[in-house]
Amino acid sequence: MQKLLLLGDEAIALGAIDSGLSGVYAYPGTPSTEITEYIVNSAIAKQKGVKAKWCTNEKTAMEAALGMSYAGKRAMVCMKHVGLNVAADGFINSAITGVNGGLIVVVADDPSMHSSQNEQDSRFYGKFALIPIFEPFSQQEAYNMVHYGFEISEKYNVPVMLRITTRMAHSRAGVVRKFEKEQNLLKLPSNLKQFILLPVIAKKNYRKLLDNQVKFENEAEISNFNKYFNVKDKSKGLIACGIAYNYIMENYQNNNLPYPLLVIGQHPVPRKMIQKIYSECSEIYVFEDGYPLIEELLKGILNIGKPIHGRLDGTLPRNGELTPNNVAVALGLEDTYGQAVPAVVAPRPPSLCKGCPHNDTFLALNEALKDYSKGRVFSDIGCYTLGALPPLESINSCVDMGASITMAYGASDAGLTPAIAVIGDSTFTHSGMTGLLDCATHKANVKVFILDNFTTGMTGGQPSAALNKIDAICLGVGIEPEHLRVLKPLPKNHDENVKIIKEELAYNGPSVIITRRECIITLDKRMREKFIKHN
Amino acid sequence: MKKDIVIAGVGGQGILSIATTIGAAAIEMGLFLKQSEVHGMSQRGGDVMSNMRISAQEIYSDLIPFGKADIIISVEPMESLRYLPYLSKNGWLITNSIPYNNIPNYPPIETILSEIKKLPNHVLVDADNIAKELGSEKSANIVILGAASPYLDIPFEILISAINKIFKNKGQNVIDLNVKALEAGRKHALSH
Repeated sequence: MQKLLLLGDEAIALGAIDSGLSGVYAYPGTPSTEITEYIVNSAIAKQKGVKAKWCTNEKTAMEAALGMSYAGKRAMVCMKHVGLNVAADGFINSAITGVNGGLIVVVADDPSMHSSQNEQDSRFYGKFALIPIFEPFSQQEAYNMVHYGFEISEKYNVPVMLRITTRMAHSRAGVVRKFEKEQNLLKLPSNLKQFILLPVIAKKNYRKLLDNQVKFENEAEISNFNKYFNVKDKSKGLIACGIAYNYIMENYQNNNLPYPLLVIGQHPVPRKMIQKIYSECSEIYVFEDGYPLIEELLKGILNIGKPIHGRLDGTLPRNGELTPNNVAVALGLEDTYGQAVPAVVAPRPPSLCKGCPHNDTFLALNEALKDYSKGRVFSDIGCYTLGALPPLESINSCVDMGASITMAYGASDAGLTPAIAVIGDSTFTHSGMTGLLDCATHKANVKVFILDNFTTGMTGGQPSAALNKIDAICLGVGIEPEHLRVLKPLPKNHDENVKIIKEELAYNGPSVIITRRECIITLDKRMREKFIKHN
Repeated sequence: MKKDIVIAGVGGQGILSIATTIGAAAIEMGLFLKQSEVHGMSQRGGDVMSNMRISAQEIYSDLIPFGKADIIISVEPMESLRYLPYLSKNGWLITNSIPYNNIPNYPPIETILSEIKKLPNHVLVDADNIAKELGSEKSANIVILGAASPYLDIPFEILISAINKIFKNKGQNVIDLNVKALEAGRKHALSH
């Protein structure tokens, strides 16, 4: 069969479509975005009537997927690692309710923080929720795992996690399609009380989940995704999770593996396989793209067994992603390097696009704040976070989705008034609305700038749930109509905009200033499409 | 056959079209391929690179190890130098000579070019002007791919056929312009 050239993200998407997926729900977030985008744009998915929806945030997406599972159909929810923090309530409890139709939670971690605020390892969440976790080493395996993941999910009525990292998500390789499963029919759970987590039922469900742990482990022992490669020389034993396998094999070309290797792609960790490599080999090297989860388990608190090497003892860097080079060094092989970067090369950080409305917003804000002491602008997650960089240097925080408004609120209570919040339209509906309600309820002296560019820009222009709704939401949570101001951030409006901002800065209470102009990238795309149509 | 290629540029300069074209050619040749790219924040005018690996043998790592790249193909001269740690001793650097200046401290172009000229195996190509002369400024990236084509171990007609595939949806005119761009880049490299 013909190989398709797919990103890891796309392989997961196609694997889901071919496994009888009925619905995918997601909020965009690098490096997970392309999974849902692929299904949204897939002609096959459309023809099969697969629901592919961008949701308001990861929590609503998680719960929508659980609802589809309740109705007996196969569902998937996709997010970046920090998105799982937002979805955590529904995620952890979905392990207690269990599922009806198969449910896969795809989480894309970002070690090295290419496009993120931290590099948390989602496998800890999977372990915390006591559910099976899958981690592929290749795009083909990612495709296969989705199919198998749905099977395991339905066999044990449990949600499963598919965990990937950036290099799997955003790397292309050949993938062969292998499955063609019809969608499940609408079929409610046989026990209609399964999803009621009243203590009396939750206790029973939790007991069942605990009892299933040994079964999950037995599945991992016989899984094709956990492989043991036996080699004569037992002076070292290697354990590799997910794409760490690739970096090891890169260093031992042509399958010249010198030591036994255990590849782990399915959790809970296969205890017997680990026992085998541990008992046979003199010392153990653990390679994980992310936190040292297995390494820590093996070491334990006492660390009294055989030597365990990895991120904790400095054999590998404690932070950042694995690379073929740092794995080579850990294996005691030669590190390679070309030439040093010439000193003349200047850094080129990302920046706001030419003509970006955020630039005009920040210029106006900077000028309006000229007479105030510095350090009072709390910002959020999106393109506008780039307002932190020179020459603008307009913002003082970027923590998590929605934190601009609530941090400004807390700081205003501390006496930093007026406190300023800067948040994008999509981020506002994701997690900012509730914070604005707090500000309105407590009449906080907070000035909330909502940068409305009609899209979720940073991740490539997905639709924004906030479209045409922001004004009504602000009024609805209790912002006074005279303190809801709408500006058009354009150079020609600069003086007028500064004046309006100053008026609101002078008011002792909650204000919302919406700076509204379409993202220059989506505008450009829209115009080009229009032009093509007219030709 | 095995080629490890770093493709470099600035977000928005079209390095993915280069990667996609080489990818389509590699698929046609029945080669293994892995290509990793950067999405998200860096796409906004920052430095971007793609690791492109093609081989007759199975490829493991999605990332090219330092010191192992056979070729750096860059759409921007300063960006070509940023990836020298990846370039192997005998590797080739093929780059546009025209800077993309979106930072306040862009160094004088002469110092950049003199650093490039220090390398034993380099091709500098004024891709912007060649593309402009062909009447298609947007094809500068394909001019550079053309300049790299003698070093790729991919038959030229397969690259042309890849261009036909990649730009199929954009009409015959765009295909023809890009084929011309590819040929012009190759001619420049061979006459150097």
